[in-house]
Amino acid sequence: MSVKSDNFFMDSVKDAAAGGLIALALFAVLIGMKAEVASGLGGQLGIVYRWGAVAVAVAIVFGGRLLLNLFVWKADTPVTQTAGSLLPNLQSFAPLGKYAMPIFLVLAVVLPFLLMSAYGARGSRQYLDLAILVTTYVMLGWGLNIVVGLAGLLDLGYVAFYAVGAYSYALLAEYFGFSFWICLPLAGILAAFWGIILGFPVLRLRGDYLAIVTLAFGEIIRVVLLNWYEFTGGPDGISGIPRPSFFGIEFTRGEGGFADTFGLEFSSIHRIIFLYYLILLMALITNFVTMRLRKLPVGRAWEALREDEIACRSLGINTTNTKLTAFALGAMFGGFAGSFFATRQGFISPESFTFIESAVILAIVVLGGLGSQIGVVIAAIVMIGGFEFFRGLEEYRMLVFGLLMVIIMVWKPRGLISTRNPSITLSGKKGKGISSDLVQEGHG
Amino acid sequence: MSSWDNNPVLTIEHLTMRFGGLVAVDNLSFNVGRGDITALIGPNGAGKTTVFNCVTGFYKPTEGRVVMNRSNGEHYLLERMPDFQISARAKVARTFQNIRLFGGMTLLENLMVAQHNPLMLASGYSVAGIFGLSSFRSAEREAVEKARYWLEKTALIDRADAPAADLPYGDQRRLEIARAMCSGPELLCLDEPAAGLNPKESAELNALLQYIRKEHDTSILLIEHDMSVVMEISDHVVVLDYGEKISDGTAPEVKDDPKVIAAYLGVPDEEVDAVEEEVGL
Ligand SMILES: Nc1ncnc2c1ncn2[C@@H]1O[C@H](COP(=O)(O)OP(=O)(O)OP(=O)(O)O)[C@@H](O)[C@H]1O
Ligand SMILES: [Mg+2]
Repeated sequence: MSVKSDNFFMDSVKDAAAGGLIALALFAVLIGMKAEVASGLGGQLGIVYRWGAVAVAVAIVFGGRLLLNLFVWKADTPVTQTAGSLLPNLQSFAPLGKYAMPIFLVLAVVLPFLLMSAYGARGSRQYLDLAILVTTYVMLGWGLNIVVGLAGLLDLGYVAFYAVGAYSYALLAEYFGFSFWICLPLAGILAAFWGIILGFPVLRLRGDYLAIVTLAFGEIIRVVLLNWYEFTGGPDGISGIPRPSFFGIEFTRGEGGFADTFGLEFSSIHRIIFLYYLILLMALITNFVTMRLRKLPVGRAWEALREDEIACRSLGINTTNTKLTAFALGAMFGGFAGSFFATRQGFISPESFTFIESAVILAIVVLGGLGSQIGVVIAAIVMIGGFEFFRGLEEYRMLVFGLLMVIIMVWKPRGLISTRNPSITLSGKKGKGISSDLVQEGHG
Repeated sequence: MSSWDNNPVLTIEHLTMRFGGLVAVDNLSFNVGRGDITALIGPNGAGKTTVFNCVTGFYKPTEGRVVMNRSNGEHYLLERMPDFQISARAKVARTFQNIRLFGGMTLLENLMVAQHNPLMLASGYSVAGIFGLSSFRSAEREAVEKARYWLEKTALIDRADAPAADLPYGDQRRLEIARAMCSGPELLCLDEPAAGLNPKESAELNALLQYIRKEHDTSILLIEHDMSVVMEISDHVVVLDYGEKISDGTAPEVKDDPKVIAAYLGVPDEEVDAVEEEVGL
């Protein structure tokens, strides 16, 4: 026993020492020497040595590696396992899932009034803005969930469709003076159209290849928007995008405005509340359509595609068309969300549609649990809300945030809500959830 | 002229499939009789699965013709059709040697996916379905009834709402057959359906296949290693070795064919001795 533990300890120390040595070699140059314009030498470049900092860095690597060796990598029972089992098992939350949807819904509907009564019109504005942001991401997450969660197609360029939607609205409004309510469907249709254009050649690729091409597509759209100066305004973006009206009634002060028409005192919060309900409604429609489609043959075909594409083809399912519908539909909802984004901001530029947006949306879908609608809601609140919540931590925000995500992934590797509900049951009752261990993630 | 040549449901003519230098199927021709159970047998690597893949469109044959003759008089040249249309229009269904179920979906869902095309039509390509029109709902009810029928026939009805991946191996094989049958095929191609089954399950499978043949307008083409299954249920046996057809006839005929015996048991000992002498061993 003691022989084993002796060996074990010595091995760990050796390994840690090796790590420390490598760290020394690296940090000696990286940290140890710093090129600086030395003031005494009349602006000449000199080297400042910082061996103390190197020693600290090497000590951290040595100590960290030793600890990891002792308690995680080589230990019989890694602490991560213990930590994982300390966290609550989501199975015990299962009954909660049944009520989660209605609770969230009621909360979402009364939220503006709750905030208004708690913080007043002025104070609640910041929270409403955050709620709008979160809801936009919920809608985007739900849209992407069709593609990634249901059909199992890894799309890393979803933001492209968001951009197409936003620019469709902005450009249609700028060049033709169309109003928001005409542009909204057009933006969705245009995004779906681009989804099909991209999907047609690309969907015969699988897995990693599909991911790479969609990633490239997202970048191409952004680069085109950036460089087509005459048409899109390039990096300057488009400003002065018309605000949405309440079915023709503008949110303006005075005669004929929203407040005037409904006999209210004018307040800028009215428009914010309206925007909030608008995106909530749009998100709910996305959810409704998705839930409906899941119970239809096309939705079942998406999920079957995720499980086994070859079997699908042997059953007479046109897999190309099925993938295209998923892609186009996801793109369409992305386009809707995009035109909402444009009208809310009043200003758009390619800056808002970088790859990091795609990554955040994908993270929401994956974190929530592939294919789970309520999971997306929770993940969007945690991610976007968390992002804002930790703003006070300034530069440590990303660190805390990353740590949080690591913890969630250790705790629930398949996402927060990782059971799949059957789309139909023979008994007619709501079926028992299927554990995610059995469900495939799709291969592209 | 044998009975299966009179009114074949499937005709394979001069089928050749090459993978680079390897000839997996070499100039193979045979007929699958309507209403027959036809067995395709042969040692490992003989090219049986490759024949199936050519028939169901997963491979495009290098040469040759595969014709499906449906009972309504339509003919389909399968080698020219994309795989999903072979199932949808030519009505050829198949199972796989390494089972391919939708593991994360329930048994019922598996069988509903198999009825995708008629349901898609009934749902007005999803438009009518989204609004929950009654025409779609009655079509869906019919589809569930059909699924229920096959679940009962395969004795899986008790687990209809359980995920397919949770089933024991033998049940998964039966579910795959049920799923193929739900697509309403006129020719059912089974790739080693009895592999991994115990004798009792194997006997049940025989009964199921005979029931399908008797009660439905479905002919069966199956690949099988288990000779007892082949001898018991097949009307017609085709033997393949190294991609070539070495025998074709009724089960007893094939069983006594010296070429088949040689392919399965190897060459007789005397011949081995003779060759060894020649090369000086
Ligand atoms: N896609 C492919 N590419 C290259 N070679 C292939 C391919 N598919 C099959 N083969 C080769 O063709 C030959 C026949 O294979 P096949 O799978 O048809 O045999 P089989 O009769 O089904 O054997 P088993 O009884 O083991 O299932 C084998 O030598 C195999 O390696
Ligand atoms: Mg085989």
